Amino acid sequence: MEEKWDGLSWQEKREERFKRWLSPDVKFSTHQAEKLYKERLTRFIKAIKMEKPDRVPVQIPAGSFPAHYAGVTLRTLMYDYDALKKAWLKFIHDFDMDLYDSPALIFPGRVYELLDYKLYKWPGHGLPSDISMHQFVEDEYMKADEYDAFIKDPFDFSLRYFAPRAWGTLAPFSTMTRFTSALGLPFQLLSLCTNPDFQPVFQAFREASQELAKWQAVVNECSQLAKEAGCPSSAGGMALAPFDTFADMFRGTRGIAMDMYRQPDKLLEALEIITPQSIESAVAGADYAGCPMVFIPLHKGADNFMSKEQYQKFYWPTFRKLLMSLINEGCVPIMVADGSYNERLEIIKDLPRASVVWIFEQTDMTKAKKILGDTACIGGNVTAAQLYTNTPQAIKEYCRQLIEVCGKGGGYLLSLGSSVDRCNPKNLQAIIEAAKEYGVYK
Amino acid sequence: MPKDFINLLADLEEEEVIKLTKERLEAGDEALAILEDSRKAMEVVGDRFAGGQYFIPELVYSGELLKQITELVKPHLVQSDDTNYLGTVVIGTVAGDIHDIGLNIVEFMLNVNGFEVHNLGVDVPIEKFVEKMKETSAPVLGLSGFLTLAFDAMKDTVEALEVAGIRGKMKIMIGGGQMDDEVMKYAKADAYGKDAMAAVLLAKKWISGN
Repeated sequence: MEEKWDGLSWQEKREERFKRWLSPDVKFSTHQAEKLYKERLTRFIKAIKMEKPDRVPVQIPAGSFPAHYAGVTLRTLMYDYDALKKAWLKFIHDFDMDLYDSPALIFPGRVYELLDYKLYKWPGHGLPSDISMHQFVEDEYMKADEYDAFIKDPFDFSLRYFAPRAWGTLAPFSTMTRFTSALGLPFQLLSLCTNPDFQPVFQAFREASQELAKWQAVVNECSQLAKEAGCPSSAGGMALAPFDTFADMFRGTRGIAMDMYRQPDKLLEALEIITPQSIESAVAGADYAGCPMVFIPLHKGADNFMSKEQYQKFYWPTFRKLLMSLINEGCVPIMVADGSYNERLEIIKDLPRASVVWIFEQTDMTKAKKILGDTACIGGNVTAAQLYTNTPQAIKEYCRQLIEVCGKGGGYLLSLGSSVDRCNPKNLQAIIEAAKEYGVYK
Repeated sequence: MPKDFINLLADLEEEEVIKLTKERLEAGDEALAILEDSRKAMEVVGDRFAGGQYFIPELVYSGELLKQITELVKPHLVQSDDTNYLGTVVIGTVAGDIHDIGLNIVEFMLNVNGFEVHNLGVDVPIEKFVEKMKETSAPVLGLSGFLTLAFDAMKDTVEALEVAGIRGKMKIMIGGGQMDDEVMKYAKADAYGKDAMAAVLLAKKWISGN
């Protein structure tokens, strides 16, 4: 089987993955639901392949909007899984989109509390309880002088350096010695089990895993119910551009800026090392979910973060490597580029035709269509600010213009530039109406 | 020599500019003169940032170099550095939002362009803005935010200033991630700035009238 897989072209592998995505392991609730599922997904797949679907597909990233729409707080969804299920199914039921986000994006607050997760603040945990988003806490979770440790053994670095800083409960891991002996491994593990410092870790794991299982059961049930009702999910694998892994998670904005000047070679070497690991975990996610999409949010390569030269030196080479490997595995990377990507368009078009999807936030869409129009499916650009402040009529008209410019010839997905926490629900309905009314291909 | 110093710092030549700082101090150069040259160099950095030659890494790195130079110079300071500021600006990221990358760039750019800046940091409670505006009587307030939840936090902050009866004494600009002119109207601010240079131009317009 594996030998046969390796012999396939990337398009053939992708077709296999599309086939699996189109025939999910569920019993559709009605014949109509099955028809709808295939219709929606086929529309989206055609857009990816830059063919003309029956009409422009439309997708609205859920963000924490389902909470607002159900009249509850995000915190409620993070702690009350029944409420999560109810809110999610209501959102899926009321908005007729072609692709749906999974409720797995709303993480379980209790699990993060039990593990004392430091990378996020969330409602009621470092932020007011009624707030509608969680937020990332940037810090130097990797120190400037730890590149050698990372390069020598990335797993060891994660285990003994990163994890104890990212998860308070894992703090005792920083006192361990490195796992080096194959023969001694069982004894090294046993000595952890007898070490009193590690008892709270095991206790927290026990409680957190039980909590996580409850949450997972609800998330799986939601996904199952959505599919049965004819709603395809976009949840596959996930990855970060190698540069963003370091700039967001490990070193922070200040740290990465200093590294670009003080130790560029070490940074470049570390980026090379993390790339294959990111690829492997993303493909595993896509395999597990039975969906070839690999979601890649893009952060610190935006126009105003670094120069074009820096992008070409630090960001693009390993990012492209990541994309090419995912493509060659038959996966479909879908990037959401925060901010503006105008100065990157000429660079990022250097990929096989119709192999990826770019969702832009503030990028000039006319320019994007002009430069990427022959290369890749694009989408996005309806901004959160518009959804917050404009009328449904204005939103619909804006979408009409977007479709007119970007929809030409196919290869276009009507979507938002980012998720939205709350807005007039009619504004989201206006986007869907626009796709149906103005997006039909003749 | 001073011109070399300015160029070295503006070009971010760490080793050389630190070496030169030490040499100047040993040669008996006045600490204040070194700081003044540093200020000029940072002005160049600011210009290059505004002109699209420099980006975030350069601002961060130049800030780091300036910190090192200031540390070296500090023990030699005999009189205080009483700069003549163009005016005072209060800035901060509104309640609920903890993003500060853009905020710090605005602080940097306002600083190098001659403003005294009170940076209140992130997740600033409404009352803290009101208090600080009363305390400083600053003519300009900059509200920063990255997330959509900042839309309402900005609006609430502006309304609190109205209630406190001091809204008329200041101009308010907003900026950051997802902000735009529509949000500016929604939050009842006076202007939206799309980048740090826009913040500088707005502050100049409002304070010096040009």
